[in-house]
Amino acid sequence: MADTAEDVHMTEEKVEEEQQEQEYDLDKIKLLPGASEDGTAASFQIIDEDHTLGNALRYIIMKNPEVEFCGYSIPHPSENKLNIRIQTYGNISAVEALHQGLDNLSELCTVIEDKFSEKIEAGGYKTTEP
Amino acid sequence: MSDNTIVGIEYNRVTNTSSTDFPGHQANGDYSWDIEKFKDSFEINISHITERTANFDLIHIDTSIANAFRRIMISEVPSVAAEAVYMFMNTSVIQDEVLAHRIGLIPLKVDPDLLNWVDKTQDENDRYTEDNTIVLSLDVVCTKNPHAPKNSTDPKELYRNAHVYAKDLKFEPQGTQVESFKNSPVVPSDPDILLAKLRPGQEISLRAHCVLGIGADHAKFSPVATASYRLMPTIDIIEPIRGDSAKRFQQCFPSGVIDINSNGEAYVKDSRKDTVSREVLRHEEFDGKVKLGRKRDHFIFNVESTGAMSPEEIFFKSVRVLKNKADYLRNCPIGQ
Repeated sequence: MADTAEDVHMTEEKVEEEQQEQEYDLDKIKLLPGASEDGTAASFQIIDEDHTLGNALRYIIMKNPEVEFCGYSIPHPSENKLNIRIQTYGNISAVEALHQGLDNLSELCTVIEDKFSEKIEAGGYKTTEP
Repeated sequence: MSDNTIVGIEYNRVTNTSSTDFPGHQANGDYSWDIEKFKDSFEINISHITERTANFDLIHIDTSIANAFRRIMISEVPSVAAEAVYMFMNTSVIQDEVLAHRIGLIPLKVDPDLLNWVDKTQDENDRYTEDNTIVLSLDVVCTKNPHAPKNSTDPKELYRNAHVYAKDLKFEPQGTQVESFKNSPVVPSDPDILLAKLRPGQEISLRAHCVLGIGADHAKFSPVATASYRLMPTIDIIEPIRGDSAKRFQQCFPSGVIDINSNGEAYVKDSRKDTVSREVLRHEEFDGKVKLGRKRDHFIFNVESTGAMSPEEIFFKSVRVLKNKADYLRNCPIGQ
C-alpha cells in the first residue's frame, strides 16, 4: 500500500511539472490569406494534423447553428498540413466558431470516456469470445 | 427511428450515405450541437471484452468521431517496440537487417505509461536513458545434441537452440527499472514467434533497445492488430415470406440472422450477425420483398490488441488522445 501512495504522489508531481512545462507551438495553427475583413469567414492551416482531427472538427463546427459553412482539406498527401475553412452567418467570428468547435469536441470526448468507464465498471459483458 | 439514419443497400448501389444532421440542412428538427442531448442519446453496448479482443457498439454518434477513434487506435496510441538493435555476433543465415526488422515487429508486454518519450533533440549518446529505454538481449549458440535419438531427422532433437523464438529475448532492467518493473518484467506478448533458425556453430548475440513510438511512425508501434468498425445491418421484410420461399430466404443470410416462426413465416432474428453479402438481392423471388440497410450512427467496433495493453485501455487512450488534440489546439495562438 505504501508503494501505491508513493506512486500517486509521484504522478501528481509529474503532472504538475508537465503543466508548467506545457508550451504551445506557435506554428501549430495559422490564418491563411482569404479571410473576410470582419473575420466572419476565414481559413486556417493546422500543422501535423490529418483527417482524424480534420473531419471530427469539421463535423462539430458544422453542428454550430451560427456557422454557414465549414470544410476541410489536406492540400497535399505528403505534406502534414490541414486546411480548414469556416464561414459564419455573422454573429460570431470564424475564430470563435473554431474555438467553440474545439471546446465541444473536448466535451464530447469527456462524455464518451465517462460513459465507457461506466459500462466497464457495470460489467455484465462476456469475457470470452463467443 | 426515421429512415434518415439508414444507409440503403441496393443491388448495385448504396443510397443516403452522408449525414444530414446539421442545422439548416433539413426543414424541421433542431440539429445544433447540444452536449446534454448527446449525453442522453449516446449509447455504448459492450458485447465482449477478453484479454486480447473487444467488441462494443457506439450508438448515436457520427462517423467522423467514430472514425477518429479508429484512426487514433491504429496510429496514435503509443506503445513500445524495439527501435535499435546492436549486433555483436550473427553467424546465422538470416541477415542482420532482416533479423533486426523481425525483432522490431515483436509485440512486447510493456505498460507504455512506465516509459518517457525519447528526446530526439538530444545527442545520440545521451538520448537513451533508463526512463525511456528498455534493453532486451538475445544470446543463443546452437550446438549439437549429444543425446539425440539415433536416426532422428528432427532439428529440434538433433541440435540445441536450433530455433530462436521471441521468448529467448531476455529483459535486462537498467538502474531503477529493477524496482519499477519488478512486478511486470518485460516479455514478448507472444512467446512463440520464430525469429531465426540456427545450425551447430552458428550464433546470435545482440542487444535491442526498445522505446515509445506511435503507429503513424512505424506499424510496429501500433498497439492494435486490428481496430475496425462496421455499421449495424438492418433487414426489413416488406412483404411476408412463407413456406419454402422462407427457407430459401433464410439460406441467403448467415446462420442465425433469419428464423422461421410457427406459421412458416420468415422473420429477422438477429440482424447484427448479417454480413450484408446482398445474396438475397440476387434472387428474383425476393424482389421488392426485402430492404437491406445499415444504421449510419450505429458502429460495431472490433478492437484486437497486440498484448501490451487491454483493448478497452486502447480505446480509452484513443478518446484521451482526441481530447488532448482539441484542448491543445484550443490553447495554441493563431499565427498569421
